[in-house]
Amino acid sequence: MKHSPTLLMCPPEFFGIEYEINPWMNVEVAADHAVAEQQWNGLHEHLKSTGIAIERVEPVQGLPDLVFTANAGLVYENRVLVSRFRHPQRQGESPVFRAWFESFGFEVIEFAPADQGGGYDFEGAGDALFCGDTLFAGYRMRSDATCHQQIGALLGVRVIPVELVDARYYHLDTCFCPLAEDVAIWYPPAFDDYGRRAIEGTIGNLIEVEQAEAERFACNAVVVGQQVFTNTGCPKLHEELASRGYSPTATPLDEFVKAGGSAKCLTLRLDGEEAALW
Amino acid sequence: MKQDSKSSIVEEVELRGHIIDSLLLPKVLDTITSGGGTFEIRQISIGSGRHDPSHAVLGVYAEDQQTLDEILAQISDHGATPTAGQDCRLVEADIDGALPEGFYSSTNQRTEIRLDGQWTEVADQEMDCGVVLDVDSRQPRCLPMTDVKQGMPVVVGHAGVRVFPLERQDAGHAFSFMNSSVSTEKPKRVVVREIAQALLDNRHGPGKSLLVGGPAIIHTGSGPLVSELIRRGYLQKLYAGNALATHDIEQSIFGTSLGVNVQDAQIAEAGHEHHLRAINRIRRAGSIAQAVESGALTSGIMHDCVKHDVDFLLAGSIRDDGPLPDVLTDALEAQRQMRAGLKDVTFCLMVATMLHSVAVGNLLPAWVKVVCVDINPSTVIKLADRGSFQTVGLVTDVEPFFRSLLAEVDELEKQ
Repeated sequence: MKHSPTLLMCPPEFFGIEYEINPWMNVEVAADHAVAEQQWNGLHEHLKSTGIAIERVEPVQGLPDLVFTANAGLVYENRVLVSRFRHPQRQGESPVFRAWFESFGFEVIEFAPADQGGGYDFEGAGDALFCGDTLFAGYRMRSDATCHQQIGALLGVRVIPVELVDARYYHLDTCFCPLAEDVAIWYPPAFDDYGRRAIEGTIGNLIEVEQAEAERFACNAVVVGQQVFTNTGCPKLHEELASRGYSPTATPLDEFVKAGGSAKCLTLRLDGEEAALW
Repeated sequence: MKQDSKSSIVEEVELRGHIIDSLLLPKVLDTITSGGGTFEIRQISIGSGRHDPSHAVLGVYAEDQQTLDEILAQISDHGATPTAGQDCRLVEADIDGALPEGFYSSTNQRTEIRLDGQWTEVADQEMDCGVVLDVDSRQPRCLPMTDVKQGMPVVVGHAGVRVFPLERQDAGHAFSFMNSSVSTEKPKRVVVREIAQALLDNRHGPGKSLLVGGPAIIHTGSGPLVSELIRRGYLQKLYAGNALATHDIEQSIFGTSLGVNVQDAQIAEAGHEHHLRAINRIRRAGSIAQAVESGALTSGIMHDCVKHDVDFLLAGSIRDDGPLPDVLTDALEAQRQMRAGLKDVTFCLMVATMLHSVAVGNLLPAWVKVVCVDINPSTVIKLADRGSFQTVGLVTDVEPFFRSLLAEVDELEKQ
């Protein structure tokens, strides 16, 4: 089964800052619920206008981060590896996503349990992004490098694990965004020297974002065809994208940035990311 | 690719995936080095196609367990996982005197087993034993199957067991320059000097020197030379059979060895009876020590052993005459006593006896230095073939060997 271009999103009905599991989160700085709804709807409308199908997973009370569907799992063809979240606060999301994937017709692949050489953490497309036929996988903060090796073996794909060294860029999709087979946006200081060299050695065209825009989650972009959607406040990236023939769109997502997420985090591409070649 | 061999604590880890393209392999290697460890790439297979994963097995070495643990924790974040990531498997012995099926068969090299995630050194290292665990002290040790009692936890299989090859842990082996096992073509004096040095080191040190000797020592007239080594404190233990002691005592009492006059090589009249009369005289005295005490035995190797507190152990065999009252005729009991006596032995000189050399070689851990002196190269070869590969062989006649050994000892004492 090959899905037509489709995104998975989860409305922010129960979204909020209820705990702190990354440097962006501060329970003292609550998200404005009405504004969050408005911003999510804004992104939803922009994406809808591209013509892409959008599926919904029903929000669940007590799972405020369920809205970040990018972390549901890693999709490969009609198979999906459902995430094993590092923090207990998010572990309740896995059964919800698993049930949804099964109901949608995906084949859910399980990692080996802890007593059989598994039991590693893996946070889905948040830490695993295809660029061409190569899966780039972030580790250290949320996902384990060992589990990336298992994914490579499980899916039979080339996996390049890269270490994330800045806690603010705790998921790969906060500092790296493939645009096409050999093109990606990235924020180099989020990686260590080996990771930078591995990415530079593998991808021919890298668009570097500067610190101020990285902090606006410039790398956390949704790519549909030639259209790129990001949070506001990333003018330099947008200029660069436009010069390369992309059409960038800024849409305010500040309430989600308070939780450490932005456009890409709020979506999961069910037919494979735009840059994925498979 | 091993960097150096100083570090002795080791753990084997493996790394899989696209470890070359992602630079994970160099990163792990750099992490090991910057963490104060060293590594050895034991096995590596590089994927040939773009999608083929690579696989590397690394030995990670550190000076101490803490450093190693820190390195392992760091590299595990990069996906390097221990290959022996499990405890050893223990099965209770179901009967006395035998090990459970599938038991781990020990080597003579330093061995550790993993219990509750911790590596613990196996005590009483000896080849061809089982490894049993003392339930109260959690101390593992080698135990021959005959001594196994029902209910003892026994290590089964190879998981959770690691062996440290000798080359790694003891670069300073006294005889490292003589790596090939045996040859008649080697310069003997160098080896003899090394033996003299080992004896000298042990004369006052905590380690003991053991002579395992055959009756040819007496037949060739080397008895007085060995006696001199004993009197000067160079030998602390003697393992032999009935024959060496018998002919030594025969020579002391009658001046003959197996009826041949040791001084002029003439066959003495009724000399063939001498060794029986010698044995009989000691049996009448009760023991060798009692014979020394009563004045019935006044010279020779056995006499000097008693006088100079050298522990001697005489193990019997099926064709022994007599035997002397001190001879242990129960082979298993003899093994047990030899095993107990070997614990503090750090240097072993085996001279002119195939039977006792192999017996002692079987009981010794690989890190005890062994020199085997025999006129017959096959004795040394046999010892090495049976697993006592740490043995340095010296193919020579016994009497000139002891003569030059004493000369080297004299030389070293002067320095």
